[in-house]
Amino acid sequence: MLEFPLWKRLTLWGITLAAFAAAVPSILSTAGVEIPDDVSAPSVNLGLDLAGGSHLLLEAKPEDIASQRLENLEENVRTELRNAEPRIRFGDVSTAGGELSFMLDQASDIDRARGLLEPLLEGTINATRQWELSVVDTQRVVLSPTSGGNSQAVDDAMDSATEVVRRRIDALGTREPTIIRQGDTRIVVQVPGLEDPQALKELLGTTAQLEFKLVDDSALPTQVQAGIAPPGSEIFPFAEDSDFAGQFIAVERLGGIRGDSLTGAQAGVDSRNNEDVVNIQFDTQGGQKFAKLSTENVNKRFAIILDGEVISAPVFNEPIYGGSAQISGSFDADSANELAIQLRSGALPVPLTVVEERSVSAELGADSIQRGMLAMLIGSLAVITLMIATYGRFGIYATIALIFNVGGLLGLMAIGNFTLTLPGIAGFVLTVGAAVDANVLINERIREERKRGRKVIAAVENGYKEASRAIYDANITNFIAGVLLLSFGSGPVRGFAIVLIIGLVTSVFTALLLTRMWVADYIRKKRPVDLNI
Amino acid sequence: MKLLKLVPADTNIRFLKLRVPLFSLSVLLVIASWALVLTQGLNYGVDFAGGQEVRLTFEELEEAPIGELRSKVADLGYGSPVVQEFGAPNAVSIRVPLPEGVEDQPGAATEIGNEVVNTISSEFPGVRTDGNDTVSGKVAEEFQTSAILALGLAMLGVALYIWVRFEWQFGVGALFALFHDVSLTLGMFSLFQLEFSLQIIAAILALIGYSLNDTIVVFDRIRENLKKFRKMQIPELLDLSMNETLARTVMTSLTLLVAMLPLLFFGPASLFGLVAAITFGLFVGTYSSVYLASPILIWMGVNSDSFVPQETEADRQENKARAAAARSKA
Repeated sequence: MLEFPLWKRLTLWGITLAAFAAAVPSILSTAGVEIPDDVSAPSVNLGLDLAGGSHLLLEAKPEDIASQRLENLEENVRTELRNAEPRIRFGDVSTAGGELSFMLDQASDIDRARGLLEPLLEGTINATRQWELSVVDTQRVVLSPTSGGNSQAVDDAMDSATEVVRRRIDALGTREPTIIRQGDTRIVVQVPGLEDPQALKELLGTTAQLEFKLVDDSALPTQVQAGIAPPGSEIFPFAEDSDFAGQFIAVERLGGIRGDSLTGAQAGVDSRNNEDVVNIQFDTQGGQKFAKLSTENVNKRFAIILDGEVISAPVFNEPIYGGSAQISGSFDADSANELAIQLRSGALPVPLTVVEERSVSAELGADSIQRGMLAMLIGSLAVITLMIATYGRFGIYATIALIFNVGGLLGLMAIGNFTLTLPGIAGFVLTVGAAVDANVLINERIREERKRGRKVIAAVENGYKEASRAIYDANITNFIAGVLLLSFGSGPVRGFAIVLIIGLVTSVFTALLLTRMWVADYIRKKRPVDLNI
Repeated sequence: MKLLKLVPADTNIRFLKLRVPLFSLSVLLVIASWALVLTQGLNYGVDFAGGQEVRLTFEELEEAPIGELRSKVADLGYGSPVVQEFGAPNAVSIRVPLPEGVEDQPGAATEIGNEVVNTISSEFPGVRTDGNDTVSGKVAEEFQTSAILALGLAMLGVALYIWVRFEWQFGVGALFALFHDVSLTLGMFSLFQLEFSLQIIAAILALIGYSLNDTIVVFDRIRENLKKFRKMQIPELLDLSMNETLARTVMTSLTLLVAMLPLLFFGPASLFGLVAAITFGLFVGTYSSVYLASPILIWMGVNSDSFVPQETEADRQENKARAAAARSKA
């Protein structure tokens, strides 16, 4: 029990000092010492509630992803069947109930249609089948989504949404944002130092789906205003800040160009009329499509549609080659810049809504740290005084162990790159108060054993042995509660759980192992016949 | 050096003499707590109620004009606001419910928050915005569910562990003591209408771990004494175990208390609820391990035979080992 061979000593001291050393950069930076950037020392991250900043929880609706997916399928099916030789004719298209169904004009086309559509139904990336094809009444084709296909679509959409969110926030130039997917349909965004997230929310609040569609001039204006679209067309409203707010326009449903084939977008000013504009560049494929569209439709109007609202509907004055275009609407410098960022970062595959938002001022955070530190200092001094007054030499051992405990806890948090939150500070204080419990148990037991007349060595050995049982049991139950705490709640609460859990480990280590080594050394060197405890 | 002895060396307090009246009192307190929670309710913060909460400090005022703020914000027409002091007399938190469908309008919630702040700033000088929380109804509901789940699982989890490590009677005793501690803490929050947030749930979860420490230490000693004093009457044995561990119980409660109290009085305002819950829970937890967890052992019929099956086995092995050691020494 009280034997400590050299290897054991070295291991104990090695672990203790390594953990303690890892805490040094964090302590220095709290004390205001600047650490040069080229020193890559791990330091404890401060949570937003201490550093100040904004936290947003974004959520997508799976239904939106599913309907988007259905729309893509419809477009592809139409293209396939129209391009077939000979062309396969069909009608009565419906997308009700999340399924795409249509009626073939001739039942004899069914096998050909099946052959053509089959590649669309397979998964492209892995073997998950995306759609099931069934035939009803010999000539109605029904394509229904598979659950595997749906969940994969949600997964893909969220991955790319996370990427788009990251690009948009990077474009804002804020420092060190954290952007991570959470669960199936959520994204957590944390931006330290950003106290008013309004601009950020506006940037993320639109999907920025840009579309170019030909205006259907055959539509009667009265019917368009009444919301009745000619066959093959659909009706869009003009954007509220455009020159034609409140009006509607009919555009051809298919055959347009999507904004996801852009390579660049910049805000600019049109030198002719000093208007704020957004200049865009298509990629090669998009450029060719755009050239074709403009060549075939010179002198016709087309609509520039952003997120289902028409920004403007200019005329193709001439074929546009070279893959560049200019969007003008009723922009000001800010809104032009915002749109340019959104277009550059790509469209969000699905709209995101903010379901939780928290922001804390840096001033309050700094105040919290200061008050927390002060409270912890007073508390620690009180605990130390109490321990030394009650247990003398053994109290001093417990005190040194406590210092290594707190240092090691901080060090392990730095090594693990964990975040210290406001409740985490309470976790530190709670750890200080509870950590000495192990030493109290041991010391009281040693007192008892001495009272029963055991010799010093036997009393100490027995004290550690008998007390360990309760110490382990108590710490394991705390650990169980801590793990549940970890799985619960939002970031700050999790920060509390992390401190408590790591604190349990460091407490058991320092209170049981380190103090035992020191006590053993004392007994072996001094060979006391009585203990003042 | 003369060392401090908080508890005299040989105490012989008949703790369990009062077990019936005190146990009854505890049961009454648990019932009263739940009656309070069910009738008066808890003062849910933005985490659980959902809505938009703004925290403000009036830097040029001694005391925040809470009544006036309430009517000013109510005039904005977002339903009746919850305005309460937050940590300092001149700091407040203001919560307004979010209108239906606000989730689908990015920025709408922030605009409401800004409107509240602007209205107040225009009336009072030196208003500082400390923070802003928006929680949608959906997320608030999820927090409620996960809070109840986490609390239930934590209590069951630790009770199961105690059952495995000790005996089923000990598990029941621990579970009951925990239920008592959690109930009374909830009752306290309902009585004083302190804001009930995610942090408070966190505090209660931590409390479940720490309030059990006392119970475990006492249980451990009871187990030890059950093996040692086969013939002793159970109430007497429990009293003995508690007297033996009394010095430790007092000392540990005291160290926790002196660590937490500065945080309660000088710590950050946003931590007040959490620290208050833990400090309150420490008292209740110590009491419940003495007057709830232990009497239950009597009533559940714990006796010196409870550990006999394991003990004979353990004993046999220990004896064998001892004999072997003696032989090898010889």
